[in-house]
Amino acid sequence: MIWVDTIAQGILLGGLYALFAAGLSLVFGIMRLVNLAHGDLIVMGAYLILVLVTFLGLPPFLAVLIAMPIMFALGWSLQKFILNRTLGNDVLPPLLVTFGLSIILQNVLLESFSADSQRLPTDVLTTASIDVGPISLGVMPLLAFASAIFVIVGLNQLFYKTSLGRAFRATSDDPVTASLMGIKPANIFATATGIAMIVVIIASLYLGLRSNFDPNIGPARLIYAFEAVIIGGLGSLWGTLLGGVIIGVAQTVGAAINPEWQILTGHLAFLSVLLFRPRGLFPRAND
Amino acid sequence: MSYKVQTSTRTSKIAAIFGAFFLIFLIFLPIFAGRSMIQDLFTILTMLVLAQFWNLLAGYGGLVSIGQQAFVGIGAYTLFAVVILGGVDPVPAIFFAGIGALIIAIPTAFLAFRLNGAYFAIGTWVIADVVRLLVAQWKSLGGGTGTSLPREATKDIWMVNSIEVLLDVKSSAARDILAYWLALILAVTTVGGIYWLLRTRRGLALAAVRDNFEAAKSVGVDVMRMKWTVFLVSAFGTGVTGGLIYMQKARISPDAAFNVTDWTAYVIFIVVIGGIGTIEGPIIGVLIFYALQSMLADFGSWYLMTLGVMAIVIMLLAPRGLWGLLSERTGLQIFPVQRRLVSLKSLKR
Repeated sequence: MIWVDTIAQGILLGGLYALFAAGLSLVFGIMRLVNLAHGDLIVMGAYLILVLVTFLGLPPFLAVLIAMPIMFALGWSLQKFILNRTLGNDVLPPLLVTFGLSIILQNVLLESFSADSQRLPTDVLTTASIDVGPISLGVMPLLAFASAIFVIVGLNQLFYKTSLGRAFRATSDDPVTASLMGIKPANIFATATGIAMIVVIIASLYLGLRSNFDPNIGPARLIYAFEAVIIGGLGSLWGTLLGGVIIGVAQTVGAAINPEWQILTGHLAFLSVLLFRPRGLFPRAND
Repeated sequence: MSYKVQTSTRTSKIAAIFGAFFLIFLIFLPIFAGRSMIQDLFTILTMLVLAQFWNLLAGYGGLVSIGQQAFVGIGAYTLFAVVILGGVDPVPAIFFAGIGALIIAIPTAFLAFRLNGAYFAIGTWVIADVVRLLVAQWKSLGGGTGTSLPREATKDIWMVNSIEVLLDVKSSAARDILAYWLALILAVTTVGGIYWLLRTRRGLALAAVRDNFEAAKSVGVDVMRMKWTVFLVSAFGTGVTGGLIYMQKARISPDAAFNVTDWTAYVIFIVVIGGIGTIEGPIIGVLIFYALQSMLADFGSWYLMTLGVMAIVIMLLAPRGLWGLLSERTGLQIFPVQRRLVSLKSLKR
């Protein structure tokens, strides 16, 4: 019975990883840009929520609503003024600029908040758990998983049901032709990164509520997100959720065998998918 | 009229003569330089070697790796394993460090080459993390907390006694001098070797792959083979450097030996600031890295931030780095690889 519990916890952890990955997947899908600072942006978001909670005395779920427009503006300007300049045929500039950004963010957070680990305040609701048959599931992990599904449904609706989504898809397919139709790729990209930052702040909320965080944990979050995206197959958001679940289950099962193996078994799950299904489980037709 | 193909320029000849004199100066430096200067130069030389190999990968091979710490770490751990468990002298063990890195590089390349561009970068990072986690399970080398080289092994390293007698220094200083000389040999071999490689047919193929992947393929360059060669050569060199660095430190832990900031982030910044895709770039970059380190030593993380900001600004405004800026303005080349046709008549005249 302990295994059923372990796997259930792993699936819920996968929801958190899918949240980490959704923003990465969105940005890559539209402009083929891999943001190496993605993990650090998630950590920065957690500090932003922490600041709002501490100084305005808000509960975290309200603070995240205030943080959303801030993050959107940040993502929009980041893309518009810095990252757009790196896009092109050469893979080097976007990688090196976002890697530099990652190192800068880590050190800015370190200078501002010290290396001490922090946590968002939890209340009765968020620490409660529900008994489902023989196992008991935490309300917080359940909320994180539900949010992941909500975010993925929302992004899919945005992509396929709105004119903005149409512009996203058009720009992704062919920016030159899209711009002939009156779309400004630079602004579309900026908006996409802004939306990705809204997903990031949702991920930050659950990161901060679920566990401790400190300025140095960003790169590991980037790696989990990346693994989820690759396992699922590039460009498929539901695939990303499944990828997150696979990493989550592998990690909790590994940790149940030996606590030192938690991260390792997650990586090994990723490497075996890479070995046997290099294009992921649900690859997009072209790419 | 007859022609010949020539790569050297007048500047490069003058630079070679100055370089030779400077090298002789560096060889004899331990006679009069203090220990801290020798240690600083050791750091500069080893970072230069790491930077040259990363530049070979990213600047010429188009393989942006964020996983070079895997090879530094495994090289260092191989050295410790061979010395502690095998009883080998640390100096020849440095060679095994390279072999250890090479062995890890083969499955790494096999997996990572399935990913392209940015995904290759993160893929190498994941694999480096796997190697770190596996090494941390290696209990006979201290597991997660690490271990030190035993005193018996460090006491009578090859040559150290002769250096002690010859230069009249303590054994700890003699070890640093030995490490410095080895680093000097490594740096000269690396720069010389890469320069030689770039001037051969293979180097030409490499430059073709860098400049235009499809065009290179269409004229018959075996792109996959080039990638494998560059990746394995870099892994070997990086492993040797890792072994040497940790022979000098004599103390190792998985978190330090597989540190992404120390062995990859700094290296990337050095290459980008100096000028990616040139041999001169990493040399300039490492000097700036060292100057900044001395200036900002007391400010901790501000130092890394400054390097990060510099790297971003340079990537956006002058993607070919400081050396690229300089050589564009002046046409200066210390390690020219461009082939020029020179009329033999004009040479005779």
